[in-house]
Amino acid sequence: MQKILKQRKFMKERLVLVGNGMAGVRTLEELLKLAPEAYDITVFGAEPHPNYNRIMLSPVLAGEKTIDDIILNHREWYASHGITLHTGDPVVEIDRVNCKVISESGLEVSYDRLLLATGSNPFIIPVPGSDLPGVIGFRDIADVDAMLAAAKTGKKAVVIGGGLLGLEAANGLLLNGMDVTVVHLMDILMERQLDKTAAEMLRKSLEDKGLKFLMETQTAGVLGEDHVTGLRFADGSEIEAGLVVMAVGIRPNMELAQKAGLHCERGLVVNDTMQTYDPRIYAVGECVQHRGQCYGLVAPLFEQARVAANHLAKMGIARYEGSVTSTKLKVTGIDLFSAGEFNQEEGDETLVLQDPARNLYKKLVLKDNRIKGAVMFGDTMDGTWYFQLLREGTDISAFRNTILFGQHDLGDAGHGDETRVAALSDDAEICGCNGVTKGDVVNAIQTKGLFTLDDVRAHTKASASCGSCTGLVEAILSSTVGEGYEAKPSKKPVCGCTEHSHDDVITAIAEHKLKDMRVVFEHLEWKTPDGCAACRPALNYYLLARWPEEYQDDPQSRYINERAHGNIQKDGTYSVVPRMFGGLCTPSDLRAIADVCDKYGVPEMKVTGGQRIDLFGVKKEDLPPMWKDLTDAGFVSGHAYGKSMRTVKTCAGDTWCRFGTQNSTGLGVKLEQLTWGSWMPHKFKLAVSGCPRNCAEATIKDFGVVCVDSGYELHIGGNGGIKVRVTDLLCKVDTEQEVLEYCGAFTQMYREEAHYLERTAPWVERVGLAYIKERILEDEEGRKALCERFRIGQKYAQIDPWKERAQGAAAHEFTPLKITA
Amino acid sequence: MSDWKKIAPLEDIPRLGSRVVEVEDGSIAVFRTSDDQVFAVRDACPHKQGPLSQGIVAGHTVTCPLHNLKINLESGKALAPDEGCTSTYAAKVENGMVYIQL
Repeated sequence: MQKILKQRKFMKERLVLVGNGMAGVRTLEELLKLAPEAYDITVFGAEPHPNYNRIMLSPVLAGEKTIDDIILNHREWYASHGITLHTGDPVVEIDRVNCKVISESGLEVSYDRLLLATGSNPFIIPVPGSDLPGVIGFRDIADVDAMLAAAKTGKKAVVIGGGLLGLEAANGLLLNGMDVTVVHLMDILMERQLDKTAAEMLRKSLEDKGLKFLMETQTAGVLGEDHVTGLRFADGSEIEAGLVVMAVGIRPNMELAQKAGLHCERGLVVNDTMQTYDPRIYAVGECVQHRGQCYGLVAPLFEQARVAANHLAKMGIARYEGSVTSTKLKVTGIDLFSAGEFNQEEGDETLVLQDPARNLYKKLVLKDNRIKGAVMFGDTMDGTWYFQLLREGTDISAFRNTILFGQHDLGDAGHGDETRVAALSDDAEICGCNGVTKGDVVNAIQTKGLFTLDDVRAHTKASASCGSCTGLVEAILSSTVGEGYEAKPSKKPVCGCTEHSHDDVITAIAEHKLKDMRVVFEHLEWKTPDGCAACRPALNYYLLARWPEEYQDDPQSRYINERAHGNIQKDGTYSVVPRMFGGLCTPSDLRAIADVCDKYGVPEMKVTGGQRIDLFGVKKEDLPPMWKDLTDAGFVSGHAYGKSMRTVKTCAGDTWCRFGTQNSTGLGVKLEQLTWGSWMPHKFKLAVSGCPRNCAEATIKDFGVVCVDSGYELHIGGNGGIKVRVTDLLCKVDTEQEVLEYCGAFTQMYREEAHYLERTAPWVERVGLAYIKERILEDEEGRKALCERFRIGQKYAQIDPWKERAQGAAAHEFTPLKITA
Repeated sequence: MSDWKKIAPLEDIPRLGSRVVEVEDGSIAVFRTSDDQVFAVRDACPHKQGPLSQGIVAGHTVTCPLHNLKINLESGKALAPDEGCTSTYAAKVENGMVYIQL
């Protein structure tokens, strides 16, 4: 016995997948990424094909794609991962006592873990004659073949069901030359996705294409003797048909699970780890019921797959918490989008844009200034954006007055109307940073079988740099793979090392008094021993921001710029920016800088956008001696290289300017003295303008002051970068003292609550101006406490890193090693 | 015949960090991972010659500071889906001293 046990230890565990569809195979892909060697895997599929993209059956029927186009995993994929594949051989029995499955052909395969992904069946209305030849569902390649064959011989087809699937089937049959009538029980099409207005517009467009509709019509029976010849309705009328497609819904396919005694309700019941009531058996996809919900769209299935894979790989930390879904109709020439709760309830507000001449309709349902549902017809380009705002629960009050006009109306970097991706040619540049064209993206998606934004970024680098084209890339993704593209999960993890979000981490560090990175890793069950280049800098920042007096900064978790206190350039040299408070300088300051440049052979000098002087092309080993000279002349680090407070830009102010109302340079100096050296979630820029002419451009800064005759206007959340955003007015104050206090409080609030690498502009949009006003304006005590915490942190932050290094700190960072023997 | 060259004591390289060694035809980055192993690779990313020595180290990989390619320190190869390879050199620690083979 012992010997047998010992042998078993050396054998891999066996995993059997029942159901060779998108959810099941996706789970295997995720599993292979996490634990490639964990299991001997066997797959059973009822269909004779390898895994294909079921969502794209409609374009196949419409003749826009071929079967080969929609295969996701070819047989070579299974072979190369050592997976045994049995196609055309459904599993007919699960023997849970002996842990084995039995297939139709009589194969018996034992399992240690079983994954059920049996999908769903089309619901066939139980009326007389519904089993006649010529009555089919719309579910798999065989159904598509049957429809294409029928289109060659017959002329008249009836589709029962005016939902998404029914309309796509009807459109496909129409394109194959058939005379198609859609029979629908309700008075509006796609009633689960559309309101009446959008449904009417849709019906009109489809009628223009040639489809016929019988609304509010109930099927009573299928006519015919040995093949369908027509339908009879409840009111006694009849219609002729050589083909009847039933598309009235799907039912989870749980027959096999029920026979095996697994607990089923509407679907096979699973918990948040995708486990059934038998702990050895997991289930994903359309066959499952999770928290009372069954899903028939692909994006939730992919989220489920990721969770199931995590548990099969024995990581045991992922949880599926349900999904919000969105829908797009795949009928060429008709743009339709729907997501969330789109029928107005009490307490909701509705924004509507309707333009009958352009056949355009957009409706957003809001509750407390957050989107809870969206319906769009005619122009769905902004569907992904609205859906993102919905999932993330973003407060839209700041751009509520223009939201219906779309995201480009907010001022995307020059994409503007070009965001209609379908109309773009293949050589149109999508990602301006990395020079990626639409053709490159489409090609990568198709040849490499990509489904996620992250995949596309990794393979093509599109949207991987500045991110301003993310919306475009998502749109290409969704137009190429259908709605099946994987939307971002509702809770976004910090990185691949963890399931926890930025907010989870920030909260845990504060609540559990975590003061060391290793302790954070342990407490939050990080999956990798050392984290990665994405999460370590974030954790280092969060720890530093929360525990400035105790946390020991970790240089190895800083990007090189912050470790070397200079800005790395493309040739590996660094740039040096000495701080000039408020932009003021003296002749001797400039002489000192000039001397330094001569001494170290600086090849180029430039005045920066923030009114400072940048010295380029400095060799790394020259940095400490150069800093010594600059420190001796009275300079400190300009922090032009960090996720930190950068500069305070100022105008001339009332000392010289005939329009100036206040001493803007003086105030700028004070603000810079207050804030310099502070580490931030991202770079942070300030400006002070001496009058409303605003020469210092204070209204595109993270914190901007516009002086007026009666005091100071404080502006927050501006950005002049990728996406220009004008600041929001926070308030007006009377004294310089107040300016400094409000600035300290706002800065500290951002430091404590924003996500790492989130500028103030998206942060303000995410949490809402009202919330910031509540904390800074209405809560005087809270404001003073924030400002005080900022000042405490500054005691430790305002130790000049250049001076320390000029005196020999971190010397190893700047000195190469020599071969000694 | 290549020789083992003595570089420096192990503690001169910060854990999860690196030092640069200048050789005749360029620079070699010597990394120390969290498990105190050492790895030596040419200090140039296969993508655009970024100095790998300046990147963030995690596990047995380093992330290039210029465009975030991840390089496996054992093989010098870029992690999928990126492609490319930088030269590696044998490296070892003996009696607390780091050696690389040139």
